[in-house]
Amino acid sequence: MKGMKIVVCVKQIPDPATPGSLDTSTHALKRDGKLILDDSDAYGVEMALQLAASAGGGEVSIVSMAPNGEMSGMRTALAMGAVRGVLVSDPALAGSDALTTAKVLAGAVQKIGMPDLVIAATESTDGYTGTVPEQLAEVLGLPSVTFAKKVKIEGAAVKIERQTESGYDEVECPLPVLVSVTAGVVEPRYPSFKGIMDAKKKEIVTVTAADLGVSPVGWSGAGQKVSSVTQAEARKAGQVIEDDGEAHAKIVAFLENLKVI
Amino acid sequence: MAVNNIWVFAQGANGAATTFTLELLTKARSLASNVSAFVAGDGTSLAGELGKYGATKVYSTGDLGGRLVGVAASAAMKALIDGGDKPDLILFPQNYDGRDTLARLSVKLNSTVLTNNIDISVNGDEVVATTPIFGGNVLFATAFTGAGPHLASFRPKSFAAEPSNGAAAQVVAVAVPDTGVTGAAKVTAVHVEESTGPKLDEANIVVSGGRGLGESKNYGLVEELAKLLHGAPGASRAIVDAGWVPYSYQVGQTGKVVKPSVYIAAGISGATQHMVGMKGSKNIIAINKDKEAPIFAVADLGIVGDVHKVLPKLIEALKARG
Repeated sequence: MKGMKIVVCVKQIPDPATPGSLDTSTHALKRDGKLILDDSDAYGVEMALQLAASAGGGEVSIVSMAPNGEMSGMRTALAMGAVRGVLVSDPALAGSDALTTAKVLAGAVQKIGMPDLVIAATESTDGYTGTVPEQLAEVLGLPSVTFAKKVKIEGAAVKIERQTESGYDEVECPLPVLVSVTAGVVEPRYPSFKGIMDAKKKEIVTVTAADLGVSPVGWSGAGQKVSSVTQAEARKAGQVIEDDGEAHAKIVAFLENLKVI
Repeated sequence: MAVNNIWVFAQGANGAATTFTLELLTKARSLASNVSAFVAGDGTSLAGELGKYGATKVYSTGDLGGRLVGVAASAAMKALIDGGDKPDLILFPQNYDGRDTLARLSVKLNSTVLTNNIDISVNGDEVVATTPIFGGNVLFATAFTGAGPHLASFRPKSFAAEPSNGAAAQVVAVAVPDTGVTGAAKVTAVHVEESTGPKLDEANIVVSGGRGLGESKNYGLVEELAKLLHGAPGASRAIVDAGWVPYSYQVGQTGKVVKPSVYIAAGISGATQHMVGMKGSKNIIAINKDKEAPIFAVADLGIVGDVHKVLPKLIEALKARG
């Protein structure tokens, strides 16, 4: 399908390598430092670029939502090869729940124009509510195939291998459709130097939730409130030994003691 | 709004209700007197077992004819609710079809969702769900503020399944409304990945491997050890993403939750993502060459050493025992 239009939803998150922390007054996850493209979304961007290429040309756009105008993660996706982005940024969005997020992203997708394919990760690395892609499909009135581990376009339809509890299903769906892809579905490319330079010139349109007509958003629209935050009972560390060449015997003794061997 | 009426999104496999379903039913009946099961498929054959665990009614859509569950089940639930059959709370399993259905229904009802929970409590009008964050070190409790039905999903093994020995649930056939273009996706073939030995999430012993194994062929050591111990092999997300083993092997936040008697982590550093899925194990043995690895903070026996040396010797020692 030539000239295929694809929109990928991307999230910009705090670097997962640094420990997360909660805002002491709101109990929201702190996202005030530098944000990066969620690794889970790099797979979606790569998948979109490959599908567009194999379709003989197409256009990959990205949409994202962030309360603080952050764009660095989106620039990474543009450096990989996406052509433009829409960022919904609005301080009012802080504290938004998954449903509000889906409504906001739906507005952003519609701002670009309804594509043939919407791609998202199955869940974000930092919040992992895991419902936004399917909620977004429902808001947009689209069919959806979640947890895709293989995606192919054939004519005006997608053919997908979808993970199940016991293996996988083959699923077919006519376009337009929303697909959520699992990590590992493709190998994300590293942005080239030229890609990084080009990305600086690509357009990111910034809009507010109000511009998109989505309200209420943020804490007031969330339908939930923090009740308590407590420390879980910590698991005690046991014995830690350096292997002196005989550590396997310790494991055998440990298993014997438990009567599992 | 007190909670009197709870639905459980119930699932069957090989003609029986899943353990996950029975866990949720057990919890539901501790919260409310009126518990119903909703089956996106044939609920008739499950009615006896669902009743035994506390469901008085089972809504059954019958065979979905290749339609995906999320769209069909959420539309059928919405039709029931619009018809006046309205629960105060719906409990979903945190799995593929549970998540899809929960998400679609939340848009139809304009209700928030609380996911990844390990507990839920009802205090008068307040319904509070609890989810572990930061690798399970912090428990985050959230209350619903809007009108019901409240929608929540749970991790497997959050509750123990205990029968109430109730009578078979009354079967109520429900129709799936026309879902238009949203229902356009169709399953054309089903593939079951055969595995021998105990299932990962039911095994008494689990041996998991991670990036520390170095390369994919060394995963054979993990499989061999698991087999010798009559356990199941598992994996960290890192080596699943790298394509060494299928996703069905993954233990962790986005994979399976395991609580075996013994969990052996070989070459796994203990990322938050992984710890969430195995911290509930009764005994944990960790082998890792980095003595600072977070996995040692939860291990009952930690071996700072090279998995390529320790595992072969351990396998030999176990074989020698016969």
